[in-house]
Amino acid sequence: MSVLVIAEHSNSSLNIITGSVITAAAQFNTDIHVLVAGEHCQAAAEAARQYQGVSKVLIADNPANAHQLPEALTPLVTELAGNYCAVMAAASTTGKNLMPRVAAILDLAQISDIVTVISPDTFIRPIYAGNALATVQSSDSIKVITVRSSAFPEAEKSAEAKKGGQAELEKIDLSINQDKSLFVSETLVSSERPELASASVVISGGRGLGSAENFSVLERIADKLGAAIGASRAAVDAGYVGNDLQVGQTGKIVAPDLYIAVGISGAIQHLAGMKDSKVIVAINNDADAPIFQIADYGLVGDLFNVLPELESLL
Amino acid sequence: MKILVPIKRVVDANVKVRVLADHTGVDLNNVKMAMNPFCEIAIEEAVRLKEKGLANEIIAITVGDEKSQEQLRTAMALGADRSIWIEQGGAIEPLAIAKLLKAVVDKETPDLIILGKQSIDGDNNQVGQMLAAMCDMPQGTFAFNLEIAEGRAIVSREVDGGEQIVSLSLPAVVTTDLRLNEPRYAKLPDIMKAKKKPLEHLTAQALGINITSSLTLLSVNEPPARAAGVLVASTEELVNKLRHEARVIQ
Ligand SMILES: Cc1cc2nc3c(=O)[nH]c(=O)nc-3n(C[C@H](O)[C@H](O)[C@H](O)COP(=O)(O)OP(=O)(O)OC[C@H]3O[C@@H](n4cnc5c(N)ncnc54)[C@H](O)[C@@H]3O)c2cc1C
Repeated sequence: MSVLVIAEHSNSSLNIITGSVITAAAQFNTDIHVLVAGEHCQAAAEAARQYQGVSKVLIADNPANAHQLPEALTPLVTELAGNYCAVMAAASTTGKNLMPRVAAILDLAQISDIVTVISPDTFIRPIYAGNALATVQSSDSIKVITVRSSAFPEAEKSAEAKKGGQAELEKIDLSINQDKSLFVSETLVSSERPELASASVVISGGRGLGSAENFSVLERIADKLGAAIGASRAAVDAGYVGNDLQVGQTGKIVAPDLYIAVGISGAIQHLAGMKDSKVIVAINNDADAPIFQIADYGLVGDLFNVLPELESLL
Repeated sequence: MKILVPIKRVVDANVKVRVLADHTGVDLNNVKMAMNPFCEIAIEEAVRLKEKGLANEIIAITVGDEKSQEQLRTAMALGADRSIWIEQGGAIEPLAIAKLLKAVVDKETPDLIILGKQSIDGDNNQVGQMLAAMCDMPQGTFAFNLEIAEGRAIVSREVDGGEQIVSLSLPAVVTTDLRLNEPRYAKLPDIMKAKKKPLEHLTAQALGINITSSLTLLSVNEPPARAAGVLVASTEELVNKLRHEARVIQ
């Protein structure tokens, strides 16, 4: 049986974390189908067709799916799920919103936030803010899974990708009209910078930055490095930056090649979101800050001196 | 309006847990336990709705061992009117917890269910959504603002790309994010009063719910340790190392 991947997309484009879920799905060694449910989502579906290993893209293009509300999508996914050995989505806010609903309707357990596929029924997932890794085996006939995208590279595009992809495209007509949950509005932050979840360099600021204005220094450095900007919860709570930048147990999980933590103490909950980064740099004026225990390069100093120096040296 | 607030007893957020030498789990002996931080926020939100005159009864509920009654008492000290303890020792999966809660929802018929978006032990982020699906209720997950207007819950949600607002018919399920509110501390007189508030005792068996799980925990391991790092003396040295040693910048 095949694996069904639920695409993460904005109708007009496919989020590359879908490519990471496809990589995880490929470890089941079977066909992969991708469901793109939305409205006017043809472009996202075309993008999904380009990944190696994807043999079919199901497109459910319908006004009822416009905002991908879980109340509308659950009946669609549960209807399709019977044909698959696993249903997988990214452990994003969209995936986390939808998948437990799907699992509950099917009376199946969900395996959240997997970082390794050991075999088609055995997975590794972090627990306790990543301080432990649990290996779990599932006897369910359909595995309902969310995938930590930072733990899997994006799947390769196929050679035929340029010609418009290889996967077959199938229209799904089922649509659910419901009024229990209604979309009101959305404020999405758009940025010229790389996406936090997939950037190869991330520079994050914490409470030590002291103000929203001071984040502008980080921005200039980020521009020089082609980096995404991140933040600790304290910086978000203080209103220095929006919640979409929060890294941690309850924010985004990142694993870039380079993570620079500035004025961040290194609470367990923050480390949970970045400790799998390849190289970690910590800049903090408190030599005892726990962030230094996981940093590859630590610089004890006042960030208000270090950041301008860093900017001029890059 | 009647509000049900499911809560969980977990390891305190400041504790760094250790994996047991036999890899069967983490060491919870003599470790400080507390109410899951997201559950504290859920209780607080319910209490604020009651203070605004929008709710008239708050019921706290937990699935857990004998000691989890402490967290129910805390919830009642913070403002819950009564509580329900579903006795269940050992690890229990979100699907089973949701089923147990559903059995109580059927009896109590709350108008609103507020719970934490995740518990900081299992980090599953499942129970609220599962419960909503089982009860055929709409859900507002990761809420940072909640308003009740014209018989609907208007929920502002934290999403990866920013913020989203949804309007839900009641009854509905709302799961809390950290920004929703700042929980108060229980005052001593309220802690005393909470000792006298009703605490109902139930079991999975009494509710007729099968809680066996399809998941088997094979082992629990430490995450791979990071190699020890170095302290650099200056910004120049840092940039030099990043360029020529780690080779992560140009
Ligand atoms: C349930 C729960 C979930 C949470 N989830 C998350 C999460 O997902 N992500 C997250 O980040 N946090 C999370 N937290 C919060 C976490 O516990 C910490 O409170 C938070 O990470 C602290 O942020 P911080 O390091 O910026 O602030 P602080 O801990 O206050 O650290 C500020 C640091 O800045 C340094 N500093 C100050 N001034 C300067 C200067 N001039 N130069 C250099 N350094 C300076 C200080 O030495 C200090 O180390 C969560 C907490 C709970 C309870």
